[in-house]
Amino acid sequence: MRTSLAIAAGAIAFTGLVACSSEPTATTATAGAGASAAPAKGGPVAVAATDTECKVAVTEVAAGTSTFAITNGGTKVTEFYVYAPGDRVMGEVENIVPGLTREVIVELPAGTYETACKPGMVGKGVRGPLKVTGEHKPLSDDAQLAKATAGYKRYIKSQSDTLLIKAQEFVDAVKAEDIEKAKALFPVSRTYWERIEPVAEIFGDLDPAIDARENDVAEGEEWTGFHRIEKDLWVKKDVSEDSPIADKLMADIKTIVEQSNSAELSPVLLANGAKGLLDEVASGKITGEEDRYSHTDLWDFDANLQGSKAAVQSLRPVLEERAPELVKTLDEKFAGAEAALGAHQKGDGWKLHTELSKDDLKKLSDAINALAEPISKIAAVVAK
Amino acid sequence: MSERISRRKLFGMGAAGAAGVAVAGAGVIAVRGVGDEPTPTTVASVSDAIPFYGEHQAGIVTPAQDRLHFVSFDVITEKKAELAELLQEWTAAAARMTQGQEAGTFGAVGGQPEAPPDDTGEALGLPASGLTLTVGFGGSLFDDRFGLASRRPAGLADLPHLPGDALLPEISGGDLCVQACAHDPQVAVHAIRNLARIGFGRVSVRWSQLGFGRTSSTSRAQATPRNLMGFKDGTANLKLEDVALLKEQLWAGSGDGPDWMTGGSYLVTRKIRMLVETWDRAPLAEQEQIFGRDKGEGAPLGKKGEFEAIDFEVKGPDGQALIFDDAHVRLAHPSHNGGAHLLRRGYNYVDGSDGLGRLDAGLFFMAYQRDPHRQFVTVQRSLAGKDSLNEYIKHVSSALFACPPGVRDAGDYWGRALFS
Repeated sequence: MRTSLAIAAGAIAFTGLVACSSEPTATTATAGAGASAAPAKGGPVAVAATDTECKVAVTEVAAGTSTFAITNGGTKVTEFYVYAPGDRVMGEVENIVPGLTREVIVELPAGTYETACKPGMVGKGVRGPLKVTGEHKPLSDDAQLAKATAGYKRYIKSQSDTLLIKAQEFVDAVKAEDIEKAKALFPVSRTYWERIEPVAEIFGDLDPAIDARENDVAEGEEWTGFHRIEKDLWVKKDVSEDSPIADKLMADIKTIVEQSNSAELSPVLLANGAKGLLDEVASGKITGEEDRYSHTDLWDFDANLQGSKAAVQSLRPVLEERAPELVKTLDEKFAGAEAALGAHQKGDGWKLHTELSKDDLKKLSDAINALAEPISKIAAVVAK
Repeated sequence: MSERISRRKLFGMGAAGAAGVAVAGAGVIAVRGVGDEPTPTTVASVSDAIPFYGEHQAGIVTPAQDRLHFVSFDVITEKKAELAELLQEWTAAAARMTQGQEAGTFGAVGGQPEAPPDDTGEALGLPASGLTLTVGFGGSLFDDRFGLASRRPAGLADLPHLPGDALLPEISGGDLCVQACAHDPQVAVHAIRNLARIGFGRVSVRWSQLGFGRTSSTSRAQATPRNLMGFKDGTANLKLEDVALLKEQLWAGSGDGPDWMTGGSYLVTRKIRMLVETWDRAPLAEQEQIFGRDKGEGAPLGKKGEFEAIDFEVKGPDGQALIFDDAHVRLAHPSHNGGAHLLRRGYNYVDGSDGLGRLDAGLFFMAYQRDPHRQFVTVQRSLAGKDSLNEYIKHVSSALFACPPGVRDAGDYWGRALFS
């Protein structure tokens, strides 16, 4: 029962992805199963984006598919999102350069949403309310699960695209022996990696090559990946011999990104991945073992938390229907964990692990335990 | 649905325990005594279950089991309702586990394959093993977080600083405690682990302590055990057979403080590190003088048998008192402390070694009483100033908890009178 459900949902998600990737590049189709690229009733909704505003022509649309046409009249590259409660991404279009208009098709059941433009592609964006009313053919449970995995696949895609860019910057800095720049890029490039790690871990042989700690490596085997370079950057303070290691890291990341994007995901994997990320936080980041030379564990912590939230939010419609109380608890505990972590923000980044007191770490640990317990219940709800 | 397997069922003790808390509760009520006084009973076998419901919490006068896992929690939720809910969930789980069942209704292997089991499973196949779970509330719970400040009993006022204290805050105090005693350490640890897990997000473990080799007798049916200094401990302890003394010295009566504590008792815990290496180099005569008893029999100096009355006046050939003025037994005795008795149920502990090759070991002292300020503080003041034993011990942790009365039945829960 559980196996066939997972396979069925995975297969639907896979088909959806193929359809997505064959869309014309000017339009990012984000509709899930059952939705076609048919235009929304009454034509596209115009969105006028500037560096400070996000004027959406209407604040109410009919349930079903809607098309938004975003024109960037500002000076910064922007992006546009439609969020469901809990910042679940219903549709998004990125990289709208100044002067360009891009469209996005979003399937929205009745409810309240938020639109957002993100000038500079950072932050929470300029938000506005969006109400969706009227009848919309209800989705079957399986279609809901398929939508969940499809939504999560979009997340993996967006994160892994950026991972390729950021990892390359890091690798280039290492090869150029620019130690200060490489040190600054190390936690940033890892952020994208840490967000998608549950999927990356499906490919057992590559994950260690990219992310093993020194003590994970068997005698006689070569230690490669992020942490090898981390040690050379912070302890040896010399990366003059690390070019081959850096190239291998990039090659491994490229392979894993390719595999991640074509992987079939089951909804249960999403649920367990969300839990797995928090377990990583509890076992490696709280203790400072993960980034033991750079002490940038809180960057990873934040990324794990975000990756976990993305997986949970993809499943949100299913959970809201089957376990509304659990959703309430999850929202509360995510907020708690984010607040506990938020206390340690420092500039654009985070305090170093070595700057945290034992009491700080205890509070973080408590917040993660509080969140991981309800998250561990999701898989069973999904598999029901 | 897959068949639920309970620990009791696995052990061939009947299938009654498989159907949930309500049924388990009913089964226990049937065997519960109805009198107001505790019924002096001894455990027939170390595998038996001890009734969970009753006038007083189990685990106080219950004949001391062999093993301990004690835990102190900080409450991290700010909602009183969540705290009360947790105590209800804990009570339900405790009612099950003390009867040899699993923590949750599905158990370790009875739920959905995709869900984490609602019992951790390491006690599957083990009997109840005399498990008792006893809950207490620390003074810090009565701050302004939950609106309980006006209900803090005078007995729960903070303990004063006592001479010689070398207390470590990270292993002292706490908002809530749970004492798990059992004849099998696996059963005690299982119980605490499952309660801690149920509490994630609402409580956070502050510190915990494992103990072995009970260092007190709480029943005349028990032989007096020895502490890690090799001396018999608990010879003159309050015992469950001392019904009148218990009423006077152990149980909070109506009028002692807030009503919610009537039938409860106050628990003081002290972690007392022993400097065993130096102790072991002390001559036998010095060791016996320090305690005021002989090491072999446990008899008071000048007497032959363990239970003979102590004579503090008896003189040796040199004309000096046989039991020195700074002897432990003299300073701790009720006659030197305004008649204060304690019901001690401490445990030996060894937390491995301390990195300098010294055994990190000692006594996890636990004492129950009706009024800790009149009883424990009086005795400890008397000891802390003069006791010649102080050269070999160090108090490193201290806590005080108000342990509410017992849970009456399956509709009741720990601390209901405080939270409702």
